[in-house]
Amino acid sequence: MTTTTKMIGQAIKRREDPKLITGQGQFLDDVKLTGMLHAVVVRSPYAHATIKGIDASKALALPGVVAVFTGEDMSDINPLPCAWAAGKVDNNLNTPRALAVGKAMHVGDGVALVVAEDRYIARDAADLVEVDYEPLAVVVDAKKATEPGAPQLHENAPSNIVMDWECGDREKTDAAIAAAEVTVREQIVNQRLIPTPMETRGSVARYEPATGEFTVWMTSQAPHVMRLLLAAFVFGIPETSVRCISPNIGGGFGQKIFVYADMAFTMWAARKLGRPVKFVEDRAENYQSSTHGRDHITDVEIAGTRDGRITGLRIDTLANLGGYLSTIAPGIPTTLYGRITTGVYKIPAAHCRVRGVYTNTAMVDAYRGAGRPEASYLIERMVDRFAAEIGMDPAEVRRRNFIPPEDFPYSNGMGLLPYDSGNYGPALDRALQIVGYDALRAEQAEARKQGRYLGIGLSSYVEICGVAPSAWIGLPGEGWGAGLWESANVRVHLTGKVVVTTGSLPHGQGLETTFAQIVADELGVPYDDVVVEWGDTSGTPFGFGTYGSRSLAVGGTAIVKTVAKVREKAKLLAAHMLEARVEDIVWEDGKAFVKGSPDQVKTLGDIALQAAVAYSLPEGMEPSLDETTYYDPPNCTFPFGTHVAVVDIDADTGAVSLRRYVAVDDVGTVINPLIVDGQLHGGIAQGVAQALTEGAIYDDDGQLVTGSLLEYAVPKASLFPQFETDRTVTRSPVNPLGVKGAGEAGTIASAQAVMNAVIDALQPFGVKHLQMPATSERVWNAMHGGTRGARS
Amino acid sequence: MTTTMAIKVTVNGETRVADVEPRTLLVHWLREDLALTGTHIGCDTSQCGACVVHVDGRAVKSCTMFAAQADGCAVTTIEGLGAADALHAVQDGFWEEHGLQCGFCTPGMIMTAAELLARNPDPSEAEIRHALEGNLCRCTGYHNIVRAIQHAAKGATA
Ligand code: FES
Ligand code: FES
Repeated sequence: MTTTTKMIGQAIKRREDPKLITGQGQFLDDVKLTGMLHAVVVRSPYAHATIKGIDASKALALPGVVAVFTGEDMSDINPLPCAWAAGKVDNNLNTPRALAVGKAMHVGDGVALVVAEDRYIARDAADLVEVDYEPLAVVVDAKKATEPGAPQLHENAPSNIVMDWECGDREKTDAAIAAAEVTVREQIVNQRLIPTPMETRGSVARYEPATGEFTVWMTSQAPHVMRLLLAAFVFGIPETSVRCISPNIGGGFGQKIFVYADMAFTMWAARKLGRPVKFVEDRAENYQSSTHGRDHITDVEIAGTRDGRITGLRIDTLANLGGYLSTIAPGIPTTLYGRITTGVYKIPAAHCRVRGVYTNTAMVDAYRGAGRPEASYLIERMVDRFAAEIGMDPAEVRRRNFIPPEDFPYSNGMGLLPYDSGNYGPALDRALQIVGYDALRAEQAEARKQGRYLGIGLSSYVEICGVAPSAWIGLPGEGWGAGLWESANVRVHLTGKVVVTTGSLPHGQGLETTFAQIVADELGVPYDDVVVEWGDTSGTPFGFGTYGSRSLAVGGTAIVKTVAKVREKAKLLAAHMLEARVEDIVWEDGKAFVKGSPDQVKTLGDIALQAAVAYSLPEGMEPSLDETTYYDPPNCTFPFGTHVAVVDIDADTGAVSLRRYVAVDDVGTVINPLIVDGQLHGGIAQGVAQALTEGAIYDDDGQLVTGSLLEYAVPKASLFPQFETDRTVTRSPVNPLGVKGAGEAGTIASAQAVMNAVIDALQPFGVKHLQMPATSERVWNAMHGGTRGARS
Repeated sequence: MTTTMAIKVTVNGETRVADVEPRTLLVHWLREDLALTGTHIGCDTSQCGACVVHVDGRAVKSCTMFAAQADGCAVTTIEGLGAADALHAVQDGFWEEHGLQCGFCTPGMIMTAAELLARNPDPSEAEIRHALEGNLCRCTGYHNIVRAIQHAAKGATA
C-alpha cells in the first residue's frame, strides 16, 4: 500500500491544542451541573489515631450545609479494592474505605464529609466538625516499621509486612558474590516523591433515581477500569449502572490511574441526597491523601571481575506502600521493579527480594515509570560504583556488559518475558559523541586542578512498556487482577469521515494526533478526515486506560488491526461494486480500483455510502463499515537508550547546576517526533527533579513536612538547560508498527544520569555515594566530610 | 458572612457588575460566576501560576487577589487574549512549538509570557526562564515552553 504523503514520522502540530490554548478545555473542575452540591473532607491531623467520636452539630447548623457523613454512614459500600497483589505470594491486603472507620492511618485520611451549597460554606463547615481522636504510636519509615516493637498498623500484617516476594536465583547469586574478585555493597534510598499533576484530582457524581444510574466525571487515566471497580467491587451493582467520563485531564503521571475514596463518596452522597455532588482536592489534600511514588530502601551488592565483567547482583528492598494499599501498589515494586533490576546488562546471577511495608503515610503506587525508575537508578548507580572500584571508565564498564544485539530476544533470568529487541552500543556511542565525552573528561581533569568540580554522569537504561499479555500479567501469573489488552472501533461514516474510538485515555500524550496519523496512513485517507474519540465509558469500547507507556504499543496496535479489517471489507465491497474479483482490487490512497484500470475508482466515501445504505451488498455481507478489535499483545516492549548529564558544582555552596543534558533514546518507530521529544523532555525533567530538588518528607509524628508547593520543590524553568535529544531506531517485533513507547523513558533514565554526574564531580572528595536529592546542603556536607545528609 | 460588595470590572472588554463576598477570590469569581473556566487553579499557596490573568495589563495570580480588589480594573483572561481563529502570537507559539501537553498550566503560562513580551519583546532564554519563575509545568520540562515564547517573540519582532 502506498500513500502520497506519509503521516507516520511527521512532526505535525497537535490537533488537541486549539481548545487548550484558548481556555476552552473542559477539566473536572469546569463541570457544573444543575443543583450541584460541593463536598469537603474533614481529614485526620494525626498520622495514626483511633476515632472516638464525631460531632457534626455545629457544622450542620451553618446555613447552606446540607449534610455531614461519616465512614459509619457509608458502611453499606465496600472498601476500595486492591487490583494488583504481588503474584504467587501471600499478600496481607488492607485497603481504604470511602471514609475511615474507627481508625485514621495517615495524616489526611478522610474521616467525615461535609456537603453544602457552595464550596466556601462547605470549607467553613468542615472546620466546625469536631472529631475526638486518640493518637496512637506512629511509624513512617519502612525499615523501622519492620523492626521489633514497631507499632502494628493492621492485624493481618505482622511486622507491617504486606508481602515478601523474590525473583532470580538466590543460591547462584550468593555463590557468585562469594566467589567474586570484587564486590561493592551500598544502601540506596529511592526517596518518596509526590507526582504533582498540575491539576489536582476530583470527582463529580450524579445519580438518576428513576433508572438507578450513576454518571461520574473523574480525573481518571482509566475510566473503564474505574467503572468496573466502583460498580462490581465497591457498590455491588451492575457495571451498566455506572457511566464514567474523563474530561480533559491536567496531567496524571500515574496518580490518576487509581480508584479513590472521592469517587465512592461523591457517588454515595449523590444517591443519598438526590443531587449531584462535586469534590475537588486542593493541593494540600492532593499531597496528603492522593498517592505518592517510589520510597524504597535497598541493600544492594554487585560483584564482578577486575577487568570489568559483572558477575552477580543481590538486592534486598523494602518498599514503603503507605497506610493502606492503593489499587495496584504491590505490583509496582515486584513485577515492574524486581524483574528488570539487571537493566541492560548480561548478568549471570541475580536475585531480588522485595518486602512491601505498611507505614503511617499516604499510599504509594505507580508514579511515572513505576518501579522501572527505581530499578534503573539502582543498577546504574551500582555500575558506576563498580567502575569506580576497579578504576575503569564507566562508559567502558557499560559497554563490556551490555546484552549483545545477537542475544535478542533476551531472557534476563528474573522472570520477565524476553526483551523484544535492542542494540545498546550505538545509543551509548551516539550520546558520548553528542556530549563530547573525551573533551569533557579532559576539561574535568583540568578543572579539578583549579578547584572546580565538573561531573559527567551516564545512564544506560531499558524499560518495560505495553505490559502484556494478559495471560502473563494476570492473576495466575503476576497477580494483576484483570487483563491488559486494548480495544478500538473504527467506523467510516457515509461521508467518508473516519471515526476512531479508543479505550485509551490521552491526558497530554497527544494520542488524538498520533492515532489520527496512523489511521490516515493505514487507510490512505486525509489526516483531517480522521476523528478520534475517547474518555466516556458509554461511547467507547472497554480499555484498560493510559499508563505504563502502553497506549501506542497496545491501543495503537488495536487501531491498526481494526483499520485492516475495515480495509479488507472495503475491498470486498469495492470488488462487488466494480464487478471484479477481490484479488484484482488495488487499494491506494483511500481508493479502490481494478488492477490496470486506475481511472475507474471507488473512494472510501463511495464504499462507505454503499455499505451504509446497503442497497447492493455481496452475498452475506453485513451493512456498514464498522469494525472493532480487542488486542492482547504477545509480549511487552523494551525501549532503551543512554542519557548523559553534565553538572557543575559550586565549591563554596555545594549547589549543583545542570550544564547539559543529552538523551539518546530508542523507542522503536516514531509516529510523531514532536510529541515523542515532548514526552522525553517532560520525563527527563521529572527524573532530574528527583535527583536535585524533590523529596516528600514525613517527620517522626507522621506530619507531611513537604505538604504544599512551598516546601515540595517541583522544579521551575530555571533548573533546566535545553535538552539535547537524539535517537536510534530499533523496531519492536512485538507489534506491526514497530513501536515501543515513550511516555516514561525520560523519567526512567534521568535521575541516575544526574546523580552519577554529581557523584563523579565529588570523586576528589572521596564521595562514593550520595542519596537523592542532591541539595546544596547535602553536597556541601559531602565535600566537607560532614555526615549530615550524606546518608539518607 | 452575608455582607457583599458591589464591584464593576471590565473583563475581556465587557463591563461586569456584581455583588461579591469580600473574601471571594478573583479566580473563583471568574470561574464560578462568569464561567471563564480557562483560568485554572493548581495550588493553594500561590506557587503554580495556573491562575494568571492580566489586571490592568500586568500578569497577576488571580488566586492571590480578591475579586473586590479588581473593582475598577480591566481584567483579561485567556479567553480574551485571542480566539481560535485569531490567535495571539504567544498562543500560536505554544501550538507551533508543542509548548503544551495536558494544557492545564497553559493558560497561565501564556498569560505570563504575553506580559513578558509586552515588556520585553526580545527576551534571552535566561530572561524567559526567569520570567516563568512563578509558573509551574509538570509535563513539558519547560523546553518547548521556552521555544514557544521564543517563537512568539520572533514573530513579533520580525
Ligand atoms: S492557583 Fe496556584 S498560583 Fe494561583
Ligand atoms: S502542560 Fe501539563 S502542566 Fe504544563
